[in-house]
Amino acid sequence: MLKVEHLTKMFGGLAAVNDVSVDFGANQINAIIGPNGAGKSTFFNLISGMHQPTSGRILLDGTDVTRMRCDHVAKLGVGRTFQTTNLFETATVLDNLIVGYRLRTQSGLWDVLINSKRLQREEKAAREKAREALDFVGLTHAENRYIADCTQEERKRVAFALALATDPKIVLLDEPAAGVNPEETEGLAELMKKMVKNGLTVCLIEHKMDMIMGIADKIMVLDHGEKIAEGTPEEVKNNPVVIEAYLGSDHDAAA
Amino acid sequence: MMFKLGALLMHPASKYVLLALALVFPALASNEYQVYVMATAFIWAIAVYGFNVITGFCGQLNLAHGGFFAIGAYTVALLTSDAGWNFWPAFVAALLLTAVLGLLVGAVSLRLKEHYFAIFTLCVGFIIYLLLDKWEELTHGALGVRNIAAPDGFGLVNFRETMPLYYLVLFFLVFIIWFTSRIQKSLVGRTFVAIRNGDELAESLGINLMKTKIVAFVISTTYAGLAGALYAGMIRFVGPEDGNVLHTFNMIMYMLVGGIGTLFGPLVGTVGIVWITQSLQFLEEYRMIIFGPLLVVLVIFFPLGVCGSFLTWMHRKAQALGLGPKKVQTESKVKTSSQEASNNA
Repeated sequence: MLKVEHLTKMFGGLAAVNDVSVDFGANQINAIIGPNGAGKSTFFNLISGMHQPTSGRILLDGTDVTRMRCDHVAKLGVGRTFQTTNLFETATVLDNLIVGYRLRTQSGLWDVLINSKRLQREEKAAREKAREALDFVGLTHAENRYIADCTQEERKRVAFALALATDPKIVLLDEPAAGVNPEETEGLAELMKKMVKNGLTVCLIEHKMDMIMGIADKIMVLDHGEKIAEGTPEEVKNNPVVIEAYLGSDHDAAA
Repeated sequence: MMFKLGALLMHPASKYVLLALALVFPALASNEYQVYVMATAFIWAIAVYGFNVITGFCGQLNLAHGGFFAIGAYTVALLTSDAGWNFWPAFVAALLLTAVLGLLVGAVSLRLKEHYFAIFTLCVGFIIYLLLDKWEELTHGALGVRNIAAPDGFGLVNFRETMPLYYLVLFFLVFIIWFTSRIQKSLVGRTFVAIRNGDELAESLGINLMKTKIVAFVISTTYAGLAGALYAGMIRFVGPEDGNVLHTFNMIMYMLVGGIGTLFGPLVGTVGIVWITQSLQFLEEYRMIIFGPLLVVLVIFFPLGVCGSFLTWMHRKAQALGLGPKKVQTESKVKTSSQEASNNA
């Protein structure tokens, strides 16, 4: 599904991501873990086209997306969420989601001026898609609520829904469970499983080990930009290199 | 009670009430000067609508906005007085020129983000001012341009008179509000707002940042050019001071007070402040003593501006009352009606 070959990103003299190769299978939950500053978010930024890699290749379903611009990568089916999602606070949840489907539409300013059939059709489709995504994440009841009035967990779900509204094949979730309580974390984990059940591929960065170990099919461990381990939760948990990386650096992982 | 009143203002029919009020305003005004002030306010409001598209919707603080207003005004001024064109061809030329310049300036300046963009456009605005002031062969320098043609009338309608001019400006204002509401409600407007929420998120949603920002920029400069062109046809004199960066900051104030990013914010803010300024005229320089604190209070307690605060309040109230899906997007016009009413009094 997503194949990365010898990916390297240099920021000046610092290798934020150093010669990482990995193959994330379709229809799986793939987790990326590692201490703070290990290059996890940079790795996501490289895949989604936000940063250009210094060297290496990224293949999405066999298509080379290495130097593609972010919006093109998104059109090819890469959805993503961020650690913090800035939404339009004084607009409703639904209104915030409608734009998610924009990349599948064509209407421009001229369509707006003459209120073309195409615009009407596309707006209807975008609205339906938003509702569908909202239903998927279980927030239909909050459709008309302002983002400003949503809880942290609901915001996370809205962010998921926004990524889903782009009709992705693979979603990159950057710390989806940060800042929510254990029960809510459980709920979000369920949601990720549901995504996979519905044919999506999930990649996530997360520090909550309990959750990761419970849901991930495959884990990649990054440290100082390098891949130090890869495998099933069981394999990774017992890998001495991983244990050392965590205990030897900081203990953020325990959080 | 307050809620019911608010609901009344948000009713779709209230915009026709507002339009009707604007239409009968000249009859209610006690003198021609008031009509003239109102027409000027409407012209500024058109420019502020443009500002609202790039800054309110799309989140890019374009401090060259006043400069584009001046370019629109000077285009009409120079083409009619020096080149002897009629008003309307010059008017169209002003729109085209501000659109093309918007495209060029946007393509360069929008490569920058946030504060850098604001600072860069501030410089662009100042350069425009300097060109108007110093390029004497073309712009007549500090002398300004006189003998600008008034909009050509038809039949008995003569746009040299205040009343017909008022209706002409009102016509364009209504068109601009209508078009802006179309944009706001459409996918195009939503794309602008996505960029305001954040470049990174917008990009990850598959939005072409540069293209979208340039579209918003060109819309905004064209609105400014339209306002400037009308201004030249109305005042019939332009000088380099019309390109003063100060005007841009005035427009920011109108927009903030009315409600940034709302459909009726620019109208409420512009008309409201123009009239407050008028009524404080007797204080001369000292009016800032009242005006300043008023503005500070407003920004602290109503950061969303008059319209933004009103809409938010209405929405929360409706949600609390369990009134089900309330269409907030269909915006309210509000307040101006009471504003106009008090002016008429």
